[in-house]
Amino acid sequence: MSFDLNTIWFALVGILFMGYAILDGFDLGTGGLHLFTKTDKERRIMLNAIGPVWDGNEVWLVTGGGALFAAFPEVYATSFSGFYMAMMLLLVGLIFRAVAIDFRSKRESKTWRQFWDISFSVSSILSSLLIGVALGNIAWGIPLDSDFEYAGRFVGLLHPYALLVGVTTVALFMMHGAIYLLMKTEDELQAKIRTWVNPAIIFFIICYILTTMATLLYIPHMADNLKEFPPLMILPLLNALAIANIPREIHKGREFRAFLSSCASVAALLALFGIGMYPDLIYSNPVAANSLNIYNAASSDKTLTIMLVIAILGMPLVIAYTSSIYWIFRGKVKLNSSSY
Amino acid sequence: MDLEILSRVQFGFTIGFHYLFPPLSIGLGLFLVIMEGAYMKTKNQMYHNMTRFWVKIFALIFALGVASGIVMEFQFGTNWATYSRFVGDVFGSALAAEGIFAFFLESGFLAILVFGWDKVKPRTHFISTILVAFGAHFSAIWIVVANSWQQTPAGHHIVGVGDAARAEIVDFWQVLFNPSFLDRISHVFMGAWQAGAFFVLSVSAFYLLKNKHVDFAKGSMKIGVVIAVVASILQLVTGHSSANVVAEHQPAKLAAMEAHYPESAPAGLYLFGWVDEEQEKVTGIEIPGLLSFLISWDASEPVTGLQAFAPEDRPPVNLVFQSYHIMVAVGMLLILLALIAAFKWKTGSLFKTRWFLYVLVFSVLLPQIANQLGWFTAEVGRQPWIVYGLLRTEDGLSASVGSGQVLLSLILFTLIYILLFTLFIFLLNEKIKAGPEKFELKEGHMA
Ligand code: HDD
Ligand code: HEM
Ligand code: HEM
Repeated sequence: MSFDLNTIWFALVGILFMGYAILDGFDLGTGGLHLFTKTDKERRIMLNAIGPVWDGNEVWLVTGGGALFAAFPEVYATSFSGFYMAMMLLLVGLIFRAVAIDFRSKRESKTWRQFWDISFSVSSILSSLLIGVALGNIAWGIPLDSDFEYAGRFVGLLHPYALLVGVTTVALFMMHGAIYLLMKTEDELQAKIRTWVNPAIIFFIICYILTTMATLLYIPHMADNLKEFPPLMILPLLNALAIANIPREIHKGREFRAFLSSCASVAALLALFGIGMYPDLIYSNPVAANSLNIYNAASSDKTLTIMLVIAILGMPLVIAYTSSIYWIFRGKVKLNSSSY
Repeated sequence: MDLEILSRVQFGFTIGFHYLFPPLSIGLGLFLVIMEGAYMKTKNQMYHNMTRFWVKIFALIFALGVASGIVMEFQFGTNWATYSRFVGDVFGSALAAEGIFAFFLESGFLAILVFGWDKVKPRTHFISTILVAFGAHFSAIWIVVANSWQQTPAGHHIVGVGDAARAEIVDFWQVLFNPSFLDRISHVFMGAWQAGAFFVLSVSAFYLLKNKHVDFAKGSMKIGVVIAVVASILQLVTGHSSANVVAEHQPAKLAAMEAHYPESAPAGLYLFGWVDEEQEKVTGIEIPGLLSFLISWDASEPVTGLQAFAPEDRPPVNLVFQSYHIMVAVGMLLILLALIAAFKWKTGSLFKTRWFLYVLVFSVLLPQIANQLGWFTAEVGRQPWIVYGLLRTEDGLSASVGSGQVLLSLILFTLIYILLFTLFIFLLNEKIKAGPEKFELKEGHMA
């Protein structure tokens, strides 16, 4: 591993998507759990738990997409056009989710609210699933021709491994969302959510083990970098510890720490994914020589340098105001006249 | 139908839909700063209620802007993959900068704007309002940088040949301040302020006609008139300088805007007309020599016409001509309306003249029409180039996407956008009918 500009940008794009998974992950998970609550008041609390932050969280995806476009235009072009129908479905999911969150509270009518509740939940699950399926395909490899164009079909993207990664992503986000909600709620609703956490963790662990086994069996190249550089084995270890720590913290009533553990495990998972891929960005299967990597897909060094300056100027600002927003809206959700 | 047409229609349709909302957010953003600023200064409760009302409307508009904006971010890659490879090195940075510098700012502080009334001090709230308005303007800057670069490319060189050719950055500042950027961004900002101003005027006029929330309506209307006058007059200035940039850098577009065919001859300005593209003739009312005069202060100066370009290098003429002329006509009408309003305010009849209030209620549509048609002029006039002079639109498509897929996604977007737009209008209408609420200020919040 050499620390050239291309590697730095691989890491930075990775960090943006990691930020997205950690932050929007709990929003999407909250959406997945939304229909498990029944009363209007409970549903409003769920929504308002993510109310002030979900849009900012989604910007991590928008910016990650922009950074991918700028740093690795070939990857942006190949994956977005190659996954055309899947991308369109993801867009539909994200549109409906945004509108559902905003529209739901605007009218009292029961059917109106029911419609947006279902939209919110279904679109959250659909979006998580599609994100996972895309990751699964990138790791498994997709058929690329010598111009780096996708040479397969939409149904080709729905093979079992990709679907497994999709379901694992849904499970991960639901677990993450449940823990976030535990932190934001109180009394009965919190007690109810507490009963969801363990099943969510178990569901996720089962998916996670299956995905790991399938990865090692079918796409062993994902483990090459780990073998070559054994100290990285600390990551899977950390991940296991982070997950194991969650029930312990919850048992002690320390929800915030449980949430931090959950964030750490999302981060560790994405880091593992990134390390598994490096230096490839999209693995080409069957012709591995057509893979897009951080060199043949990159922009010029000049652009990567300019972007690095932009990132160095911009990211501290982003982190500063993201944390102040979270600080201002800390604590349990209280409904008032400006709530959703 | 063929892939190129479908992809163009889809892009035009989805961005046209997106562009219904950002001008309103940019324009209303400015209003919010003024209203909340007035409250901070005077502590007059009316300004507080006013701000809170417009914040709610703002939030609704913003949500649709966000929902439709994500589509745009994805579409360069999904539908224009070859173009994305070609421009990524130059253009991607602007998009990434938009995310890092503008969207995070907007979406973060919007939370305080909408949900933070009781959570932060009034001063912090006011700062958040300023930051949100600033962020909205800032996001427009970056996206117009990107678009202006593809209109008037600068600061780059071409590397590779054929399918592998791409533009690479040489000078970042030249890319940023490419020849059309400053004129176009100021024109876009004024268009957005007009959209905001006439929106506020429309809602206030509606209340005055219904004799409801009268103080609130009068207060909002006064701010609206001031901004409408300033922005409408400046719009003429910025539009004129945009046209000069077009004359210099995109002569085929300028020729199409006035349907000026002769290879090189003095050109007039049509007040209105209809272009017969077969016969290369215009039927309409023309002021001879005026275009030449506006460009070079000399009515007999020749202007390059469409015949100087091979037929395959010309944009669709009548569409550009009509879009451009309607935009300009609407621009003139808006100046007139703004001046009448200012005059009536001075003579004390602004809040009483019913016919004029009715006109104002409907005037909200005019800036929207002009904004859409302005982009039509700029974008259709750029054809057949997707990057002016460098890459043809037909060569910018995605190789791995079939027309069936695009047709499907186009139908999907059409259905969803019809649904969203209907619901948006319905909710907007309910909010306007509900009117501003009265907020009793808690003592601690007087700061
Ligand atoms: C940064 C890039 C960018 C920006 C800010 C805009 N556009 Fe654009 N537009 C394009 C980049 C682009 C493009 C990707 O380059 C297209 C696709 C096909 C083409 O020739 O240019 C295009 C085409 C295109 C077309 C179809 C023209 C044709 O095919 O004849 C229309 C009607 C619009 N746009 C309208 C708009 C509107 C209403 C905008 C205001 C928000 C806008 N564009 C901003
Ligand atoms: C193809 C070009 C465009 C792309 C890719 C794009 C992308 C986006 C995205 C992703 C968002 C949502 C950000 C969020 O989640 O908070 C958004 C919102 C916004 N966009 Fe665009 N946009 C485009 C064109 C424009 C233009 C031309 C303008 C103005 C001149 C503009 C101004 C805004 C503003 C002000 C917002 C905030 C939401 C709102 O005000 O409605 N955009 N855009
Ligand atoms: C008053 C007379 C006006 C003139 C002379 C004028 C002139 C122009 C010209 C020449 C262009 C093309 C620029 C290019 O292709 O790069 C343009 C584009 C545009 N116009 Fe106007 N315009 C006028 C009024 C308006 C009004 C009233 C609005 C909206 C409220 C508006 C909104 C736009 C927009 C959004 C664009 C596309 C962005 C751009 O290219 O700058 N215009 N205008």
